[in-house]
Amino acid sequence: MEAQVNEYKRCVLVKVDGRIDSSNAQDFQSVMEAQTDAGQYKIVLDMENINFISSRGWWVLVQTQKTCKRYNRGELVLANIQDDIRDSLDLVGLNLYFKMFDDTTSGVAYF
Amino acid sequence: MLTMPKVTIHARFENFIKIRKLVEQTAKNAGFDGHSIYKIQLAVDEACSNIVEHAYGGEGGGEIECSCQETSDGIRIVLRDWGSTFDPNSVPAPRLPDSVQDVEPRGAGLFLIRKLMDDVRFEFSSDHGNRLSLFKRRT
Repeated sequence: MEAQVNEYKRCVLVKVDGRIDSSNAQDFQSVMEAQTDAGQYKIVLDMENINFISSRGWWVLVQTQKTCKRYNRGELVLANIQDDIRDSLDLVGLNLYFKMFDDTTSGVAYF
Repeated sequence: MLTMPKVTIHARFENFIKIRKLVEQTAKNAGFDGHSIYKIQLAVDEACSNIVEHAYGGEGGGEIECSCQETSDGIRIVLRDWGSTFDPNSVPAPRLPDSVQDVEPRGAGLFLIRKLMDDVRFEFSSDHGNRLSLFKRRT
């Protein structure tokens, strides 16, 4: 799984493309863990090019959020989330745990 | 009697794409829009993941057979496996505690399947395997 990472003064912007499902959720987890393992706990995930996420992908987001928020050291926020993904996130109720922004500029500015 | 298009895969995550293609094509033929096809695909992906993880206890534990049929008012998808049975009524809805630290990764798959599809039926048989029938109505 290809990931683009841009470091800003107060956060990192992570962009992942394509589909996240059972077959590659582990790869997605590695992408996110690479950031938290490096001590980056303020993360904006640009979801513009993510066109599908199954529950396995959501649990990666939840686990990342747990790591980021521990000790109040940071937060994972989501940007550019597509409607179908947002709808299913809302359906399960996991939207409660994430701030969402319409664009990455707003997400980066949050920090 | 019409033959339902069917595909059988070894129960590995990487093989789900074959089921996904069959479901997507049948749903398109049945006149579903993109948003509805997303919902159908998500439900089927969750169902297949549950089969791998719970019925077979991991990847490579058996086979999954998927058949799809366009009906007069929607699409019916039937998934069969020959793994362990379970009581679908015993699976609670995902718990949503106040703190993300207390969220546990379980229960979302079945909950989603029931929310996304209009009719969900499980049948378990030691002779004929487990059968999950999913129906989505065209609106």
